[in-house]
Amino acid sequence: MEIYWVLGIPLAGGLFLAAWGNRARAPELNALFSLATLAAAAALTMRIVAEGPIMVGDGWFFIDSFNVFLVALTAFVAFTTALFSRPYMRIEKDHGRLNDARLRLYHSSYQIFIGAMLLALTTNNMGILWVSMEAATLATVLLVSLYRTPASLEAAWKYFILCGVGIAQALFGTILLYFAAEKILGSGGTALLWTHLNGVKEQLEPTVLQLAFVFLLVGYGTKVGLAPLHNWLPDAHAEGPTPVSAVLSGLLLNVALYAVMRSKVLVDGALGNDMAGNLMMGFGLLSVVLAAFLIKRQTDVKRMFAYSSIEHMGLITFAFGMGGPVASFAGLLHMTMHSLTKSAIFFAVGHATQKAGTQAMDSIRGLIRTNPTIGWGLMLGTVAILGVPPFGVFASEFLMITTAMHEHPWATPFLLTALGVAFAAIFGKVQPMVFGETELPRLPHQPALAPVFVHLGLVLMLGLFIPPYLADWYRQAAALLGG
Amino acid sequence: MNLSFHLQVINLLAALLLLISFAMLSQRRVVGLVTLFAWQGAALAASTALVAWSTGQHHLYWSAALTLALKVVAMPWFFYRLVRKLDINREVEAVLNIPTTMLIGIALVIFAFNLALPISQMAGTVTRSTLGIAMACVLLAFLMMITRRKAITQVIGFLAMENGLFFAATSASYGMPLVVEMGVALDVLVGVFVLGIFFFQIRETFDSLDLKHMERLKER
Repeated sequence: MEIYWVLGIPLAGGLFLAAWGNRARAPELNALFSLATLAAAAALTMRIVAEGPIMVGDGWFFIDSFNVFLVALTAFVAFTTALFSRPYMRIEKDHGRLNDARLRLYHSSYQIFIGAMLLALTTNNMGILWVSMEAATLATVLLVSLYRTPASLEAAWKYFILCGVGIAQALFGTILLYFAAEKILGSGGTALLWTHLNGVKEQLEPTVLQLAFVFLLVGYGTKVGLAPLHNWLPDAHAEGPTPVSAVLSGLLLNVALYAVMRSKVLVDGALGNDMAGNLMMGFGLLSVVLAAFLIKRQTDVKRMFAYSSIEHMGLITFAFGMGGPVASFAGLLHMTMHSLTKSAIFFAVGHATQKAGTQAMDSIRGLIRTNPTIGWGLMLGTVAILGVPPFGVFASEFLMITTAMHEHPWATPFLLTALGVAFAAIFGKVQPMVFGETELPRLPHQPALAPVFVHLGLVLMLGLFIPPYLADWYRQAAALLGG
Repeated sequence: MNLSFHLQVINLLAALLLLISFAMLSQRRVVGLVTLFAWQGAALAASTALVAWSTGQHHLYWSAALTLALKVVAMPWFFYRLVRKLDINREVEAVLNIPTTMLIGIALVIFAFNLALPISQMAGTVTRSTLGIAMACVLLAFLMMITRRKAITQVIGFLAMENGLFFAATSASYGMPLVVEMGVALDVLVGVFVLGIFFFQIRETFDSLDLKHMERLKER
């Protein structure tokens, strides 16, 4: 039952906000709808924790510990981002960058986007998974171009066409999957249900599944931002409004990776070898290394953190590729940590760029002097994402690297070098932004930074102490991934 | 009217699809491209309906009707309007000249047939021989997207790719489950609608739909 609320509220919210327009209280309504979604997601989570995996609606929806954890995370970050966007978008409007019509589009698309991601996470049908991934892209194309500047239009175009081509590959992968499944499960709607496929995965034709996985990985991998398919990602993150960057980076990438993982479980069963895992390790490692070296060359602050997202998604993909209980556990933990930390960083960066009036890092200086909360938020977020203990990112990265040392020692030097380069580059660039000298005035508005500290607090807590039930939960999810 | 006759007609339509894909590669004007796209949709709808009739897979009628409504009627109409309103029916300049593109296209067709061979041998459908053609259509559409510089031609290339994928699904496994096909069609429809809005935004900002204005965002 809860599942219908989880999916219905964002959809209803999107339609309602489209009709409501940007009248008074639209931002509050947006946050309220997100809060209701979060409440429904929490109820769903509690039920799964109590009852174990469930199937709802004739097998159309399937929720187990793996996806319910992402549902909870998605609903939570969606809510805090809605809270953040309320004052943020008001300031943008006061600066004359947005008008009422665009804010209406923003609020409505935001809810539809969240709804599409939640549908992708909860559906049991690999075809509907594809459809909702594409819907999530379409809902955000016009959000990336919200400012209508030449650069933002170009970014949105790139986002649309590259992800469109990518996702077309995933469609072909899905067709191949259906082709293999239909011989065993018979034609019709049930042959694409993940639970059915999972039941017969040993019988699926290995050569077809192998080909299908390559297409699915390339297709959804484009969305994850895996190198060399990552070209759209920095542009879309840098040119869109900051709340959109936060949800793209914190949520959409996770959902795309979720799609890859669901496919991987099937392929592993059919092939009985490490083909899928090795491919993921390759793509993951390439992304980590490439992103780390590109971070060094960035001058735009949001672009730099976008590359950092590529780096972290690469790490997670690498961890899932290694497989095994510890690495999968680390991958899931890192997904959580990255979502929370990266969205917190984008919130702080958003206000910092509003204050400086530009995203160029050379012009953002001395945050701690004029707006200490923004400065501290950015500094702590940066420290957390760079994997400094005691933040949770350290724990997950530590687990990943120790596993890599045991199982794939050849990869360790690449990983460590990349992490080191990224550390030096990001820290070197953020430090003057926070502590340098500035003549700029204080941001005249009250920034919305409570979400930043809530996120960072959670990351800190999970770094020091993972509650036993949460650890159990991660372990269960890791076991589902074949750990 | 026996099955082998139907098969011959389906093969004929498949060949037509491939021919239209090549014609799209060589077409220089946007309006011509839209017309070819509509014809490609028509061939796809006809062959899907014929497969439905000859194999008794009734859900394929829906898929054929969707293709007819969206890709033969709605989208071409929309594109014609767009071309008129935005006044963009000038020559499409290509990155490569047309003969070179055609030669690459031929190589792609050979590659596609090789790629499809192992899969079509496993398929149990009567239409499996057309899988190679479907793959070739996908790759040719991809080539068109790479070699054309106008935003609208890239979109038509993208939709032609989708046509090829649908054809592949029909020939390999008599289409996808109906819900999925409806969902995909809905996505395509919304996508084209979003792009319509988007074109006007691009046009307003750049005074042109040529993608050479959109090369500012690069790693330096």
